[in-house]
Amino acid sequence: MIEFRSVSKTFAGGTLAVDDFNLQLQAHKVTVLVGSSGSGKTTLLRMINRMVDPTSGTIEIDGDDISRVEPVRLRRGIGYVMQNSGLLPHRRVIDNIATVPRLTGVPKERAHERALELMDVVGLDRALARRYPNQLSGGQQQRVGVARGLAVDPNILLMDEPFGAVDPIVRSDLQQEVLRIQRELAKTIVFVTHDIDEAFLLGDQVVILETGGRIVQKGTPEEILAAPANDFVASFIGADRGKRRLTASSARAKGDDRVLIDAGGYPVGVISAPAGKLAVGDASPKSRSISNKTDQAGDA
Amino acid sequence: MTWLWNNLGLVLGLTADHARLSAIPILVGFAASLPLGWFASRFPAARAILLSVFGILFTIPSLALFVSLPAVLGTRILDDANVIVALSIYAIAMMLRGATDAFSSVSNDVLQSATAVGYASASRFWTVQLPLAGPVLLATLRVVSVSTVSLLSVAALIGKGGLGYLFTNGYQRDFPEEIIIGIVFTLLIALVFDLILVTIGRILLPWSRRDPRAARSGLNSLIGSFRHSSAGPGA
Repeated sequence: MIEFRSVSKTFAGGTLAVDDFNLQLQAHKVTVLVGSSGSGKTTLLRMINRMVDPTSGTIEIDGDDISRVEPVRLRRGIGYVMQNSGLLPHRRVIDNIATVPRLTGVPKERAHERALELMDVVGLDRALARRYPNQLSGGQQQRVGVARGLAVDPNILLMDEPFGAVDPIVRSDLQQEVLRIQRELAKTIVFVTHDIDEAFLLGDQVVILETGGRIVQKGTPEEILAAPANDFVASFIGADRGKRRLTASSARAKGDDRVLIDAGGYPVGVISAPAGKLAVGDASPKSRSISNKTDQAGDA
Repeated sequence: MTWLWNNLGLVLGLTADHARLSAIPILVGFAASLPLGWFASRFPAARAILLSVFGILFTIPSLALFVSLPAVLGTRILDDANVIVALSIYAIAMMLRGATDAFSSVSNDVLQSATAVGYASASRFWTVQLPLAGPVLLATLRVVSVSTVSLLSVAALIGKGGLGYLFTNGYQRDFPEEIIIGIVFTLLIALVFDLILVTIGRILLPWSRRDPRAARSGLNSLIGSFRHSSAGPGA
């Protein structure tokens, strides 16, 4: 378990990035910190491996104050995956994955063997092992990043907007991959994103942050969707625009399936239900119009 | 050609001198510009000061530097040290800007992520930042190498110019063949040095040939250095 106790961070220059932050992150679960830029989410993440030290307050991992742990040693025990993968361009894929074990003195052959296994875990073809990172696609590089994060078999995995720079289809693949890996490995994952859909998909606990690391709401995705704490949350998750209020339309898909529409009348999916059991709304799907632009922008 | 065969001993001796007297400043320039360049890339104030100081040193005409160094260093006029020190100053001046750019060119994301996975700062410099600065360092060093080899000839006027002797002697005797042979052997030295550098680069930086970005930034720095050196002390 990771626990933040009254953590504040003022950067040189006086910016208050995080103000009196308190949070418990459960072991073996995915906690997603979600918020706009300036919400302090990345700062909070980087405090866990002491890339940033808090100005006041303490952070504990399993009850131990991390300020007493030497930063380099602490970091080698925590997996870290970042946007644009952060891979070393001058090292082959296999050496990138084996970076941390090699730093901690694992013999080269054993580290490489383990790296190849990890390529299987993250769904990378072993034939790519001898390539350099810039010879891979963006999605493949992110997979290497995840494999590197897992290389020392850490209990904690920090993921800083890892899929922010890949295209939506690849991102969706990678998200499913994270869910699969998490089912198998059950790490304590701290995931930072500004994408609320990603947060709801991956998070066991979702923490919505406002400027200064202020927690506006935290809970399971279900809890947040069912009862947004205030207008900010409603707006952030798209509830105020009717994006989350879904109704089965009268339009039939296959068999008894119905097309689902949101409160704006836009089709969002299909729901299957036995005949007669599904309350059908009166609205029928609209065609997309200019007024829906804000919705699409919100998804991007 | 007969002249060359008759004087082969002289020409080869001068060539060896020329190679030695230019190789040392090239190595000194490279070695000195690494810490200076790193320092300058890290601290903007240091960058401004270092680049201006060496910029000014670079504008001192080479001949003036050759003849005034004995007074400054307390060496004798015919000591190798005069030429080596003077050319080292020029080599550092040419190399420093490239070295500064080389260290600055390493992506901050990569450095941050190296720290995040647990590199200590010293090993991060030696195994991440320095190799990644390699392509730009190499491109600059190649320019420094060629310039130093050609600049050394000027020192013939104080009797320490290696193959430059063939230029002064050939000019005094109105004997073009000797001058041409001097040029050819100077070119050969420059080519061999460049070949050595490129080979070292291939061995140490195998990844850079596959990285179009590194190649591009290397080329830019090369062009930049050419511009810079053409404004410097002409031979």
